Amino acid sequence: MEDLYREVILDHYKNPRGHGVIDDADAQAEGLNPLCGDEVTIYVQFGEDGETVDEVKFSGRGCAISQASTSMLMEMVQGRTATEIAELPKEDLLEEVGIPLTPVRLKCALLGLGVLKVALHRAKGTPLPAEWAGLDELDLK
Amino acid sequence: MAVTARPALDAQKLRADFPIFEQKIHGKPLAYLDSAASSQKPRQVLDTIREFYETSYANVHRGVYLLSERATEAYEGAREIAREFINAPAAREVIFTRSATESINLVAYAWGLDNLGPGDVVLVTELEHHSNFVPWQYIAKRTGAEFRLLPIDDHGELQLDALGEIDGQVKVVAANLVSNSLGTINPVTKLAAWAHERGAIMVVDAAQGAPHHRVDVQELDCDFLAFSSHKLCGPSGVGALWGRAELLERMAPFNLGGHMIRSVKAEETTWGELPYKFEAGTMPIAETVGFGAAMNYVSAAGVEAIAEYESELAAYALERLAEVGGVLTYGPPPERRAGIVSFNVEGIHPHDVAQVLDSEGVAIRAGHHCCQPLMKRLGVAATNRASFYLYTVPDEIDRLTEGLHKARKILG
Repeated sequence: MEDLYREVILDHYKNPRGHGVIDDADAQAEGLNPLCGDEVTIYVQFGEDGETVDEVKFSGRGCAISQASTSMLMEMVQGRTATEIAELPKEDLLEEVGIPLTPVRLKCALLGLGVLKVALHRAKGTPLPAEWAGLDELDLK
Repeated sequence: MAVTARPALDAQKLRADFPIFEQKIHGKPLAYLDSAASSQKPRQVLDTIREFYETSYANVHRGVYLLSERATEAYEGAREIAREFINAPAAREVIFTRSATESINLVAYAWGLDNLGPGDVVLVTELEHHSNFVPWQYIAKRTGAEFRLLPIDDHGELQLDALGEIDGQVKVVAANLVSNSLGTINPVTKLAAWAHERGAIMVVDAAQGAPHHRVDVQELDCDFLAFSSHKLCGPSGVGALWGRAELLERMAPFNLGGHMIRSVKAEETTWGELPYKFEAGTMPIAETVGFGAAMNYVSAAGVEAIAEYESELAAYALERLAEVGGVLTYGPPPERRAGIVSFNVEGIHPHDVAQVLDSEGVAIRAGHHCCQPLMKRLGVAATNRASFYLYTVPDEIDRLTEGLHKARKILG
């Protein structure tokens, strides 16, 4: 319990990094976790090379796990290229989140990453790996 | 707690029938407050199923041997128990299904596809579980009928005044007896009278109602009524549909296959009699027998006593939740509410609330409760829901409120 809501999770939840909206974003997608009603929209602005993430933000509402993990994701992907992010294994994010998660909460934790990958897939044609076991039930619009 | 001086229902005693409460959850006694999602099972039901498998199991209505006779007798015995449980005029009007959801799908397909068309109106309420919403929405679309919603007010009660605005040829009115989300007890008898004035059929989803309230299909004057076993102390995998014989007889079958036929030839197949016309394939036999035992168990406890007791629990829960601070509850006042309390804790997502409560051994539901249109109406993505049954004790509600204090401390 204390593990689940450890200090760093609560910090990201209460002070989310990159929370907001980018108007006319280069890449954007919205996702919903129908199990709990978590909603996340992610906006990406690329740098001059059209590949490197210059700015990334998210909006939406949801549980502490989904909001904190998406906030952590914002910090992780800043300055990386679309290809790098497309290849980013979910384990990297889960390691950052650093708490044991049940299958239901895993979906909360990975919502933001799935939405980001979809956004990049749409904008840049980066591959969307089929290995997302925890994401298969997500209703990605 | 001051629920009642002399309860007609002895929850503490009944609770001892439920082996699930003998374990610890995260090192704490189990407080199970999710009976609206599914109920726990008493030893009497578990023993019935085990004994049936050990002494009387065979396929039903098939063999001429003794075991098959015993199995058939037990299976048909459950039908008679179900008939009595809902005071249906005849056992042949009681059809076993795999769930209340399948019961409603049966009506929506088998009655709806042949009786609905453009210009017709299908009316369901804003309070419906997806199981009494989505099938009607889908069949209305398939047949070109109009799908309309009867709205609720801010307390989660149906706005019967809005019936005046429903025009067109209403053919179906579908409503639940009790809302699984808010615990609203709906005026189904009034809806049925309104439906019948227009020549419409009244379909009642009693999945949430039947386990907790007396159901009398003749008094409700409905045309179809669906309920299930798993919310009623029985096993999952079996439900029931009651329908008026004259309607059921005119309906085409729903599932097709073995047992539901009279004769099968290459040119043509004719259908069996009620209720077998609607029971294709091997049914969940032992589960149905367990369902019968569950109805007997609930009847022995007394459905009226259960309803009264749960209403007291709901009043107590509302009182205790109000003490927590920052808790917003949804739904009608206790006197018009079943044993269900939906709420939100200010600034804390229901998933997080439920997670903190779980660490305290308190199981509640967090989510949209299969009622997304209702959640939209309430302006929330999800709620927490605590729901009660005949084994719920006030101590569990006390532990719920203690858990909420903890959630507020951690996440607030």
